Amino acid sequence: MGARLWLSGTWLGLLALAALFAPWVAPHDPLAQDLFLGRLPPFWMDGAEPGYWLGTDSLGRDVLSRMIHGARIALMVALIAGTLTCLIGATLGVLAGFYRGWSDRIISRLVDIWMAFPPVLFAILLIAVLGPGLLSIILAIVIIDWTRFARVIRAETLSQGAMDYVASAQVAGRTRFSTMIAEILPNILPTVIALLTLEMGIAVIVEAILSFVNLSISTDSPTWGGMIAEGRTSVHQAWWVLVFPLFTLFLTVLSFSQLGEGLKDRFDPVLR
Amino acid sequence: MYEIRNLRLSFPDMAHKPLFGAPPQIEILKGLSFDIPKGVVLGIVGGSGSGKSTLGRAMLRLLEPSSGTIRFDGTDITHLSEPELRPLRRRFQMIFQDPMSSLNPRRQVHGLIAGPLRLHGMEDVTGRVSRALDMVGLPQNFATRYPHELSGGQRQRVGIARALALEPDFILADEIVSGLDVSSQAQVLNLLSQLVDELRMTLAFISHDLSVIRRLCTRVLVLHHGKIVEQAETAALFDAPAADYTRELLAAIPLPDPYQEWA
Repeated sequence: MGARLWLSGTWLGLLALAALFAPWVAPHDPLAQDLFLGRLPPFWMDGAEPGYWLGTDSLGRDVLSRMIHGARIALMVALIAGTLTCLIGATLGVLAGFYRGWSDRIISRLVDIWMAFPPVLFAILLIAVLGPGLLSIILAIVIIDWTRFARVIRAETLSQGAMDYVASAQVAGRTRFSTMIAEILPNILPTVIALLTLEMGIAVIVEAILSFVNLSISTDSPTWGGMIAEGRTSVHQAWWVLVFPLFTLFLTVLSFSQLGEGLKDRFDPVLR
Repeated sequence: MYEIRNLRLSFPDMAHKPLFGAPPQIEILKGLSFDIPKGVVLGIVGGSGSGKSTLGRAMLRLLEPSSGTIRFDGTDITHLSEPELRPLRRRFQMIFQDPMSSLNPRRQVHGLIAGPLRLHGMEDVTGRVSRALDMVGLPQNFATRYPHELSGGQRQRVGIARALALEPDFILADEIVSGLDVSSQAQVLNLLSQLVDELRMTLAFISHDLSVIRRLCTRVLVLHHGKIVEQAETAALFDAPAADYTRELLAAIPLPDPYQEWA
Protein backbone atom coordinates (compact mmCIF):
# COMPACT_ATOMS: atom_id res chain seq x y z
CA MET A 1 0.00 0.00 0.00
CA GLY A 2 2.86 2.35 0.82
CA ALA A 3 4.41 1.93 -2.63
CA ARG A 4 2.85 4.96 -4.24
CA LEU A 5 3.59 7.09 -1.19
CA TRP A 6 7.27 6.11 -1.34
CA LEU A 7 7.63 6.34 -5.12
CA SER A 8 5.99 9.75 -5.35
CA GLY A 9 7.75 10.96 -2.21
CA THR A 10 11.14 9.89 -3.56
CA TRP A 11 10.64 11.60 -6.90
CA LEU A 12 9.43 14.84 -5.30
CA GLY A 13 12.22 14.66 -2.73
CA LEU A 14 14.89 14.30 -5.44
CA LEU A 15 13.30 17.13 -7.37
CA ALA A 16 13.23 19.34 -4.30
CA LEU A 17 16.91 18.62 -3.56
CA ALA A 18 17.87 19.34 -7.17
CA ALA A 19 15.90 22.59 -7.08
CA LEU A 20 17.36 23.65 -3.75
CA PHE A 21 20.96 23.03 -4.80
CA ALA A 22 20.48 23.81 -8.48
CA PRO A 23 23.63 25.96 -8.89
CA TRP A 24 25.79 23.10 -7.56
CA VAL A 25 23.88 20.18 -9.07
CA ALA A 26 23.43 21.51 -12.59
CA PRO A 27 26.43 20.59 -14.75
CA HIS A 28 26.27 23.82 -16.79
CA ASP A 29 25.04 27.38 -16.62
CA PRO A 30 21.41 27.07 -17.80
CA LEU A 31 21.69 30.30 -19.78
CA ALA A 32 25.13 29.73 -21.36
CA GLN A 33 24.73 29.62 -25.12
CA ASP A 34 27.20 27.99 -27.50
CA LEU A 35 26.06 27.84 -31.09
CA PHE A 36 28.77 25.30 -31.92
CA LEU A 37 27.14 22.89 -29.49
CA GLY A 38 23.54 23.40 -30.71
CA ARG A 39 21.10 20.49 -30.81
CA LEU A 40 23.41 17.91 -29.31
CA PRO A 41 21.55 14.62 -28.76
CA PRO A 42 21.31 12.89 -25.34
CA PHE A 43 24.23 10.76 -24.15
CA TRP A 44 23.30 7.38 -25.64
CA MET A 45 22.93 8.64 -29.22
CA ASP A 46 25.60 9.17 -31.88
CA GLY A 47 27.12 12.61 -31.85
CA ALA A 48 26.55 13.18 -28.14
CA GLU A 49 29.06 15.37 -26.34
CA PRO A 50 30.29 14.16 -22.90
CA GLY A 51 28.91 16.30 -20.06
CA TYR A 52 25.70 17.18 -21.89
CA TRP A 53 23.67 14.24 -20.59
CA LEU A 54 20.30 15.12 -22.02
CA GLY A 55 21.57 17.07 -25.02
CA THR A 56 21.30 20.77 -25.83
CA ASP A 57 18.70 22.99 -27.44
CA SER A 58 19.06 24.98 -30.67
CA LEU A 59 21.05 27.70 -28.87
CA GLY A 60 23.41 25.15 -27.33
CA ARG A 61 22.03 25.40 -23.78
CA ASP A 62 22.23 22.26 -21.64
CA VAL A 63 18.75 20.64 -21.35
CA LEU A 64 19.44 18.92 -18.02
CA SER A 65 20.70 22.12 -16.37
CA ARG A 66 17.71 24.08 -17.64
CA MET A 67 15.34 21.44 -16.31
CA ILE A 68 17.00 21.51 -12.89
CA HIS A 69 16.71 25.28 -12.73
CA GLY A 70 13.15 25.07 -14.07
CA ALA A 71 12.29 22.80 -11.13
CA ARG A 72 12.96 25.75 -8.80
CA ILE A 73 10.19 27.81 -10.35
CA ALA A 74 7.85 24.84 -10.68
CA LEU A 75 8.21 23.76 -7.05
CA MET A 76 8.11 27.30 -5.71
CA VAL A 77 4.84 27.93 -7.54
CA ALA A 78 3.51 24.52 -6.41
CA LEU A 79 4.27 25.09 -2.74
CA ILE A 80 3.33 28.74 -2.36
CA ALA A 81 0.34 28.86 -4.71
CA GLY A 82 -0.92 25.45 -3.55
CA THR A 83 -0.74 26.34 0.14
CA LEU A 84 -2.30 29.79 -0.27
CA THR A 85 -5.10 28.44 -2.45
CA CYS A 86 -5.76 25.71 0.09
CA LEU A 87 -5.81 28.09 3.06
CA ILE A 88 -8.21 30.55 1.44
CA GLY A 89 -10.49 28.03 -0.27
CA ALA A 90 -10.66 25.55 2.61
CA THR A 91 -11.35 28.29 5.17
CA LEU A 92 -14.24 29.66 3.11
CA GLY A 93 -15.52 26.14 2.44
CA VAL A 94 -15.53 25.19 6.13
CA LEU A 95 -17.24 28.45 7.11
CA ALA A 96 -19.93 28.00 4.45
CA GLY A 97 -20.51 24.33 5.26
CA PHE A 98 -20.48 24.68 9.03
CA TYR A 99 -22.35 27.93 9.66
CA ARG A 100 -24.62 27.58 6.58
CA GLY A 101 -27.21 30.43 6.46
CA TRP A 102 -26.11 33.71 4.93
CA SER A 103 -22.37 32.95 4.99
CA ASP A 104 -23.07 29.87 2.88
CA ARG A 105 -25.30 31.81 0.50
CA ILE A 106 -22.67 34.50 -0.10
CA ILE A 107 -19.73 32.11 -0.48
CA SER A 108 -21.60 29.60 -2.65
CA ARG A 109 -22.95 32.28 -5.04
CA LEU A 110 -19.44 33.75 -5.29
CA VAL A 111 -18.08 30.30 -6.18
CA ASP A 112 -20.80 29.82 -8.81
CA ILE A 113 -20.00 33.15 -10.44
CA TRP A 114 -16.25 32.56 -10.22
CA MET A 115 -16.47 29.15 -11.84
CA ALA A 116 -18.37 30.52 -14.82
CA PHE A 117 -15.15 32.19 -16.08
CA PRO A 118 -13.02 30.00 -18.37
CA PRO A 119 -9.96 29.42 -16.14
CA VAL A 120 -7.14 29.59 -18.71
CA LEU A 121 -8.47 32.78 -20.28
CA PHE A 122 -9.01 34.19 -16.81
CA ALA A 123 -5.38 33.45 -15.97
CA ILE A 124 -4.08 35.02 -19.17
CA LEU A 125 -6.23 38.09 -18.52
CA LEU A 126 -4.97 38.35 -14.95
CA ILE A 127 -1.31 38.09 -16.00
CA ALA A 128 -1.91 40.71 -18.65
CA VAL A 129 -3.24 43.04 -15.95
CA LEU A 130 -0.76 42.12 -13.20
CA GLY A 131 2.24 41.92 -15.54
CA PRO A 132 4.41 38.80 -15.91
CA GLY A 133 6.46 37.55 -12.99
CA LEU A 134 6.55 34.82 -10.34
CA LEU A 135 4.27 36.74 -8.00
CA SER A 136 1.66 37.25 -10.72
CA ILE A 137 1.57 33.53 -11.52
CA ILE A 138 1.07 32.66 -7.88
CA LEU A 139 -1.64 35.29 -7.50
CA ALA A 140 -3.40 34.15 -10.66
CA ILE A 141 -3.48 30.52 -9.46
CA VAL A 142 -4.79 31.51 -6.04
CA ILE A 143 -7.45 33.82 -7.47
CA ILE A 144 -8.69 31.21 -9.93
CA ASP A 145 -8.43 27.97 -7.99
CA TRP A 146 -9.68 28.76 -4.46
CA THR A 147 -13.16 27.78 -5.70
CA ARG A 148 -12.06 24.16 -6.15
CA PHE A 149 -11.29 23.93 -2.42
CA ALA A 150 -14.27 25.98 -1.32
CA ARG A 151 -16.72 23.74 -3.15
CA VAL A 152 -15.31 20.35 -2.14
CA ILE A 153 -14.57 21.31 1.46
CA ARG A 154 -18.02 22.89 1.87
CA ALA A 155 -19.68 19.64 0.76
CA GLU A 156 -17.44 17.59 3.03
CA THR A 157 -18.12 19.91 5.99
CA LEU A 158 -21.88 19.74 5.34
CA SER A 159 -21.86 15.96 5.48
CA GLN A 160 -19.68 15.92 8.61
CA GLY A 161 -21.92 18.55 10.22
CA ALA A 162 -24.91 16.22 9.90
CA MET A 163 -23.12 13.54 11.95
CA ASP A 164 -24.31 12.98 15.51
CA TYR A 165 -20.88 13.69 16.97
CA VAL A 166 -21.60 17.36 16.25
CA ALA A 167 -24.92 17.18 18.13
CA SER A 168 -23.12 15.27 20.85
CA ALA A 169 -20.54 18.07 21.15
CA GLN A 170 -23.44 20.48 21.67
CA VAL A 171 -24.91 18.20 24.35
CA ALA A 172 -21.49 18.23 26.01
CA GLY A 173 -21.53 22.04 25.99
CA ARG A 174 -18.87 22.73 23.38
CA THR A 175 -19.11 26.10 21.64
CA ARG A 176 -19.91 26.21 17.93
CA PHE A 177 -16.47 27.54 17.00
CA SER A 178 -14.68 24.96 19.12
CA THR A 179 -16.83 22.22 17.56
CA MET A 180 -15.75 23.37 14.11
CA ILE A 181 -12.05 23.42 15.03
CA ALA A 182 -11.79 20.44 17.37
CA GLU A 183 -14.43 18.04 16.04
CA ILE A 184 -15.01 18.72 12.34
CA LEU A 185 -11.60 19.92 11.16
CA PRO A 186 -9.73 16.69 12.04
CA ASN A 187 -12.32 14.77 10.03
CA ILE A 188 -11.94 16.83 6.86
CA LEU A 189 -8.14 17.10 7.09
CA PRO A 190 -7.46 14.00 4.93
CA THR A 191 -9.59 15.51 2.16
CA VAL A 192 -7.81 18.86 2.55
CA ILE A 193 -4.40 17.18 2.26
CA ALA A 194 -5.40 15.17 -0.80
CA LEU A 195 -6.77 18.32 -2.44
CA LEU A 196 -3.69 20.33 -1.45
CA THR A 197 -1.26 18.01 -3.20
CA LEU A 198 -3.60 17.77 -6.18
CA GLU A 199 -3.62 21.57 -6.30
CA MET A 200 0.19 21.61 -6.19
CA GLY A 201 0.19 19.42 -9.29
CA ILE A 202 -2.33 21.71 -10.95
CA ALA A 203 -0.21 24.75 -10.04
CA VAL A 204 2.76 23.14 -11.81
CA ILE A 205 0.60 22.60 -14.90
CA VAL A 206 -0.79 26.14 -14.84
CA GLU A 207 2.71 27.57 -14.51
CA ALA A 208 3.80 25.42 -17.48
CA ILE A 209 0.80 26.56 -19.56
CA LEU A 210 1.50 30.20 -18.80
CA SER A 211 5.18 29.72 -19.62
CA PHE A 212 4.15 27.93 -22.79
CA VAL A 213 2.17 30.95 -23.97
CA ASN A 214 5.06 33.14 -22.85
CA LEU A 215 3.13 34.82 -20.05
CA SER A 216 5.22 33.43 -17.25
CA ILE A 217 8.38 35.02 -15.93
CA SER A 218 11.10 36.59 -18.07
CA THR A 219 12.82 34.37 -20.63
CA ASP A 220 16.04 34.64 -18.59
CA SER A 221 14.76 32.07 -16.11
CA PRO A 222 14.35 28.61 -17.57
CA THR A 223 10.92 27.04 -16.99
CA TRP A 224 9.54 23.66 -18.05
CA GLY A 225 6.70 25.28 -19.94
CA GLY A 226 9.10 27.62 -21.73
CA MET A 227 11.33 24.67 -22.68
CA ILE A 228 8.32 22.77 -24.03
CA ALA A 229 7.35 25.81 -26.11
CA GLU A 230 10.89 26.15 -27.51
CA GLY A 231 11.18 22.43 -28.07
CA ARG A 232 7.93 22.35 -30.01
CA THR A 233 9.39 24.48 -32.81
CA SER A 234 12.25 22.03 -33.40
CA VAL A 235 10.60 18.76 -32.44
CA HIS A 236 11.62 17.05 -35.70
CA GLN A 237 15.30 17.98 -35.39
CA ALA A 238 15.73 17.79 -31.59
CA TRP A 239 12.84 15.91 -29.91
CA TRP A 240 14.72 15.77 -26.59
CA VAL A 241 14.24 19.48 -25.93
CA LEU A 242 10.47 18.85 -25.82
CA VAL A 243 10.25 15.32 -24.45
CA PHE A 244 12.43 15.52 -21.32
CA PRO A 245 10.72 18.54 -19.69
CA LEU A 246 7.33 17.17 -20.73
CA PHE A 247 8.05 13.81 -19.10
CA THR A 248 9.38 15.52 -15.95
CA LEU A 249 6.24 17.63 -15.78
CA PHE A 250 4.09 14.54 -16.17
CA LEU A 251 5.96 12.62 -13.45
CA THR A 252 5.81 15.58 -11.06
CA VAL A 253 2.09 16.18 -11.43
CA LEU A 254 1.38 12.46 -11.10
CA SER A 255 3.59 12.27 -8.01
CA PHE A 256 1.75 15.15 -6.34
CA SER A 257 -1.64 13.51 -6.76
CA GLN A 258 -0.33 10.10 -5.66
CA LEU A 259 1.38 11.66 -2.65
CA GLY A 260 -1.96 13.12 -1.59
CA GLU A 261 -3.79 9.81 -1.90
CA GLY A 262 -0.98 8.04 -0.08
CA LEU A 263 -0.98 10.54 2.80
CA LYS A 264 -4.76 10.38 3.05
CA ASP A 265 -4.68 6.60 3.45
CA ARG A 266 -1.81 6.82 5.89
CA PHE A 267 -3.36 9.32 8.28
CA ASP A 268 -6.93 8.10 8.25
CA PRO A 269 -7.45 5.97 11.38
CA VAL A 270 -10.52 4.36 9.83
CA LEU A 271 -8.76 3.27 6.64
CA ARG A 272 -5.48 2.42 8.32
CA MET B 1 -37.19 16.81 36.98
CA TYR B 2 -38.93 17.79 33.75
CA GLU B 3 -42.20 19.70 33.46
CA ILE B 4 -43.36 20.08 29.90
CA ARG B 5 -46.45 22.13 29.08
CA ASN B 6 -48.21 22.48 25.75
CA LEU B 7 -44.99 21.94 23.82
CA ARG B 8 -45.20 22.75 20.12
CA LEU B 9 -42.47 22.57 17.52
CA SER B 10 -42.62 23.19 13.79
CA PHE B 11 -40.17 23.08 10.92
CA PRO B 12 -40.35 25.16 7.74
CA ASP B 13 -41.55 23.05 4.82
CA MET B 14 -39.00 23.95 2.15
CA ALA B 15 -40.62 21.62 -0.40
CA HIS B 16 -43.69 23.86 -0.52
CA LYS B 17 -41.94 27.20 -0.21
CA PRO B 18 -43.46 29.78 -2.56
CA LEU B 19 -41.07 31.58 -4.93
CA PHE B 20 -41.18 34.65 -2.72
CA GLY B 21 -42.07 34.75 0.93
CA ALA B 22 -41.81 32.43 3.87
CA PRO B 23 -42.27 28.66 3.58
CA PRO B 24 -45.29 27.07 5.33
CA GLN B 25 -44.64 25.40 8.70
CA ILE B 26 -45.10 21.69 9.41
CA GLU B 27 -46.03 21.07 13.01
CA ILE B 28 -44.16 18.04 14.41
CA LEU B 29 -45.11 18.32 18.08
CA LYS B 30 -48.71 19.37 18.62
CA GLY B 31 -49.04 20.53 22.19
CA LEU B 32 -47.48 17.94 24.52
CA SER B 33 -47.82 18.15 28.30
CA PHE B 34 -46.21 15.67 30.69
CA ASP B 35 -43.90 15.45 33.70
CA ILE B 36 -40.88 13.31 34.40
CA PRO B 37 -40.54 13.13 38.19
CA LYS B 38 -37.16 12.40 39.75
CA GLY B 39 -36.22 8.71 39.67
CA VAL B 40 -38.72 7.76 36.99
CA VAL B 41 -37.75 5.80 33.91
CA LEU B 42 -40.11 7.06 31.23
CA GLY B 43 -40.57 5.16 28.01
CA ILE B 44 -41.50 7.26 24.99
CA VAL B 45 -42.94 5.01 22.30
CA GLY B 46 -44.32 5.70 18.86
CA GLY B 47 -43.98 4.77 15.22
CA SER B 48 -41.64 6.51 12.82
CA GLY B 49 -42.75 10.07 12.19
CA SER B 50 -44.54 10.23 15.53
CA GLY B 51 -42.13 12.98 16.68
CA LYS B 52 -40.45 11.02 19.46
CA SER B 53 -36.89 11.89 18.43
CA THR B 54 -37.87 15.53 17.85
CA LEU B 55 -39.36 15.58 21.34
CA GLY B 56 -36.10 14.19 22.73
CA ARG B 57 -34.00 16.78 20.92
CA ALA B 58 -36.31 19.57 22.09
CA MET B 59 -36.01 18.37 25.70
CA LEU B 60 -32.22 18.62 25.44
CA ARG B 61 -32.60 21.95 23.63
CA LEU B 62 -30.85 20.78 20.50
CA LEU B 63 -33.99 22.22 18.92
CA GLU B 64 -35.92 25.29 20.01
CA PRO B 65 -39.69 24.82 20.54
CA SER B 66 -42.07 27.20 18.76
CA SER B 67 -44.28 27.55 21.85
CA GLY B 68 -45.02 26.01 25.21
CA THR B 69 -42.57 25.60 28.09
CA ILE B 70 -39.91 23.12 29.13
CA ARG B 71 -38.85 23.34 32.75
CA PHE B 72 -35.81 21.40 33.86
CA ASP B 73 -35.46 21.15 37.64
CA GLY B 74 -37.45 24.36 38.02
CA THR B 75 -35.57 26.36 35.39
CA ASP B 76 -37.40 27.42 32.24
CA ILE B 77 -35.06 26.32 29.43
CA THR B 78 -37.53 26.73 26.56
CA HIS B 79 -35.87 29.70 24.91
CA LEU B 80 -32.48 29.93 26.66
CA SER B 81 -29.61 30.83 24.33
CA GLU B 82 -26.72 28.42 23.83
CA PRO B 83 -24.31 30.33 26.18
CA GLU B 84 -27.02 30.40 28.86
CA LEU B 85 -27.63 26.67 28.41
CA ARG B 86 -23.96 25.68 28.54
CA PRO B 87 -23.56 25.59 32.36
CA LEU B 88 -26.77 23.51 32.58
CA ARG B 89 -25.78 21.06 29.88
CA ARG B 90 -23.75 18.79 32.16
CA ARG B 91 -26.99 17.98 34.01
CA PHE B 92 -28.96 16.57 31.07
CA GLN B 93 -27.16 14.15 28.81
CA MET B 94 -28.03 12.03 25.83
CA ILE B 95 -27.13 8.63 24.43
CA PHE B 96 -27.49 8.59 20.67
CA GLN B 97 -29.02 6.00 18.38
CA ASP B 98 -25.99 5.36 16.18
CA PRO B 99 -22.69 5.37 18.06
CA MET B 100 -20.78 5.13 14.77
CA SER B 101 -22.06 8.62 14.00
CA SER B 102 -22.13 10.07 17.52
CA LEU B 103 -18.56 9.09 18.45
CA ASN B 104 -15.99 11.21 16.62
CA PRO B 105 -14.01 8.64 14.56
CA ARG B 106 -10.77 10.54 15.18
CA ARG B 107 -10.81 10.32 18.94
CA GLN B 108 -9.83 7.41 21.11
CA VAL B 109 -12.28 6.16 23.72
CA HIS B 110 -10.42 8.02 26.48
CA GLY B 111 -10.68 11.33 24.62
CA LEU B 112 -14.34 10.73 23.81
CA ILE B 113 -15.24 10.35 27.48
CA ALA B 114 -12.72 12.89 28.83
CA GLY B 115 -13.61 15.71 26.40
CA PRO B 116 -16.99 16.65 27.97
CA LEU B 117 -15.47 16.32 31.49
CA ARG B 118 -12.75 18.83 30.61
CA LEU B 119 -15.30 21.19 29.05
CA HIS B 120 -17.14 21.35 32.36
CA GLY B 121 -13.92 21.72 34.34
CA MET B 122 -14.44 18.52 36.32
CA GLU B 123 -11.62 17.28 38.49
CA ASP B 124 -9.87 13.90 38.34
CA VAL B 125 -10.65 13.34 34.66
CA THR B 126 -8.55 10.17 34.35
CA GLY B 127 -10.18 8.61 37.41
CA ARG B 128 -13.66 9.45 36.18
CA VAL B 129 -12.95 7.98 32.74
CA SER B 130 -11.71 4.73 34.22
CA ARG B 131 -14.69 4.50 36.60
CA ALA B 132 -17.08 5.14 33.70
CA LEU B 133 -15.44 2.33 31.71
CA ASP B 134 -15.84 0.05 34.74
CA MET B 135 -19.51 0.95 35.10
CA VAL B 136 -20.33 -0.05 31.52
CA GLY B 137 -18.17 -3.16 31.73
CA LEU B 138 -15.44 -2.20 29.29
CA PRO B 139 -11.81 -3.18 30.04
CA GLN B 140 -9.47 -0.29 30.85
CA ASN B 141 -7.21 -0.95 27.85
CA PHE B 142 -10.10 0.05 25.57
CA ALA B 143 -9.25 3.66 26.44
CA THR B 144 -6.72 3.81 23.61
CA ARG B 145 -8.99 2.29 20.96
CA TYR B 146 -10.74 4.14 18.18
CA PRO B 147 -14.51 3.67 17.73
CA HIS B 148 -14.09 1.66 14.51
CA GLU B 149 -11.99 -0.87 16.41
CA LEU B 150 -14.97 -1.73 18.64
CA SER B 151 -18.07 -3.86 18.05
CA GLY B 152 -21.50 -2.24 17.86
CA GLY B 153 -22.40 -3.18 21.43
CA GLN B 154 -19.05 -1.96 22.77
CA ARG B 155 -19.47 1.33 20.91
CA GLN B 156 -22.86 1.88 22.48
CA ARG B 157 -21.29 1.18 25.88
CA VAL B 158 -18.82 3.99 25.19
CA GLY B 159 -21.82 6.24 24.40
CA ILE B 160 -23.37 5.28 27.75
CA ALA B 161 -20.07 5.80 29.59
CA ARG B 162 -19.68 9.25 28.06
CA ALA B 163 -23.11 10.30 29.34
CA LEU B 164 -22.63 8.70 32.78
CA ALA B 165 -19.18 10.20 33.40
CA LEU B 166 -20.68 13.67 33.70
CA GLU B 167 -22.92 12.44 36.56
CA PRO B 168 -25.99 14.04 35.01
CA ASP B 169 -29.39 14.33 36.72
CA PHE B 170 -31.18 13.16 33.61
CA ILE B 171 -30.29 10.98 30.62
CA LEU B 172 -32.17 10.69 27.36
CA ALA B 173 -31.63 7.44 25.48
CA ASP B 174 -32.78 7.77 21.87
CA GLU B 175 -33.38 4.36 20.24
CA ILE B 176 -30.06 3.19 21.65
CA VAL B 177 -30.52 -0.49 20.87
CA SER B 178 -32.27 -0.36 17.52
CA GLY B 179 -28.97 -0.46 15.59
CA LEU B 180 -27.64 -3.49 17.46
CA ASP B 181 -28.00 -7.22 16.89
CA VAL B 182 -30.29 -9.12 19.25
CA SER B 183 -27.64 -10.39 21.68
CA SER B 184 -25.94 -6.99 21.99
CA GLN B 185 -29.40 -5.46 22.45
CA ALA B 186 -30.01 -7.73 25.41
CA GLN B 187 -26.60 -6.95 26.90
CA VAL B 188 -27.00 -3.19 26.56
CA LEU B 189 -30.53 -3.33 28.01
CA ASN B 190 -29.36 -5.45 30.95
CA LEU B 191 -26.55 -2.98 31.57
CA LEU B 192 -28.93 -0.04 31.43
CA SER B 193 -31.51 -1.57 33.79
CA GLN B 194 -28.70 -2.47 36.22
CA LEU B 195 -27.38 1.12 36.07
CA VAL B 196 -30.88 2.51 36.57
CA ASP B 197 -31.18 0.46 39.77
CA GLU B 198 -27.69 1.29 41.06
CA LEU B 199 -27.65 5.00 40.31
CA ARG B 200 -31.39 5.73 40.68
CA MET B 201 -31.24 7.56 37.38
CA THR B 202 -33.98 9.65 35.89
CA LEU B 203 -34.16 8.40 32.34
CA ALA B 204 -36.25 8.91 29.24
CA PHE B 205 -36.03 5.96 26.90
CA ILE B 206 -37.22 6.53 23.35
CA SER B 207 -38.09 3.42 21.36
CA HIS B 208 -40.46 2.11 18.73
CA ASP B 209 -40.50 -1.26 20.45
CA LEU B 210 -42.88 -1.76 23.39
CA SER B 211 -41.25 -5.02 24.47
CA VAL B 212 -38.00 -3.14 25.13
CA ILE B 213 -39.91 -0.43 27.05
CA ARG B 214 -41.63 -3.05 29.16
CA ARG B 215 -38.34 -4.36 30.53
CA LEU B 216 -36.95 -1.01 31.53
CA CYS B 217 -39.56 1.65 32.15
CA THR B 218 -41.83 2.53 35.03
CA ARG B 219 -44.08 4.83 32.98
CA VAL B 220 -44.91 4.91 29.31
CA LEU B 221 -45.92 7.76 27.04
CA VAL B 222 -47.40 6.79 23.67
CA LEU B 223 -46.89 9.30 20.88
CA HIS B 224 -48.80 9.30 17.60
CA HIS B 225 -48.58 12.02 14.94
CA GLY B 226 -47.09 14.52 17.39
CA LYS B 227 -49.73 14.00 20.09
CA ILE B 228 -49.78 12.02 23.31
CA VAL B 229 -52.43 9.34 22.88
CA GLU B 230 -51.84 7.63 26.20
CA GLN B 231 -49.66 7.87 29.28
CA ALA B 232 -49.78 5.30 32.02
CA GLU B 233 -47.78 3.12 34.38
CA THR B 234 -46.12 0.33 32.40
CA ALA B 235 -48.07 -2.50 34.04
CA ALA B 236 -51.41 -0.70 33.56
CA LEU B 237 -50.63 0.01 29.94
CA PHE B 238 -49.86 -3.62 29.16
CA ASP B 239 -52.90 -4.89 31.11
CA ALA B 240 -55.48 -2.50 29.77
CA PRO B 241 -54.37 -0.27 26.90
CA ALA B 242 -56.77 2.66 26.58
CA ALA B 243 -55.99 4.00 23.13
CA ASP B 244 -56.51 2.17 19.84
CA TYR B 245 -53.01 3.08 18.71
CA THR B 246 -51.52 1.51 21.86
CA ARG B 247 -53.43 -1.70 21.13
CA GLU B 248 -51.99 -1.71 17.62
CA LEU B 249 -48.48 -1.31 19.01
CA LEU B 250 -49.08 -4.12 21.51
CA ALA B 251 -50.40 -6.38 18.77
CA ALA B 252 -47.19 -5.77 16.82
CA ILE B 253 -45.01 -7.39 19.51
CA PRO B 254 -44.08 -10.89 18.35
CA LEU B 255 -44.91 -13.42 21.08
CA PRO B 256 -43.08 -16.73 21.32
CA ASP B 257 -45.45 -19.49 20.24
CA PRO B 258 -45.15 -22.57 22.46
CA TYR B 259 -46.97 -24.80 19.99
CA GLN B 260 -44.79 -24.03 17.02
CA GLU B 261 -42.82 -26.92 15.62
CA TRP B 262 -39.75 -26.70 13.42
CA ALA B 263 -40.68 -28.06 10.03
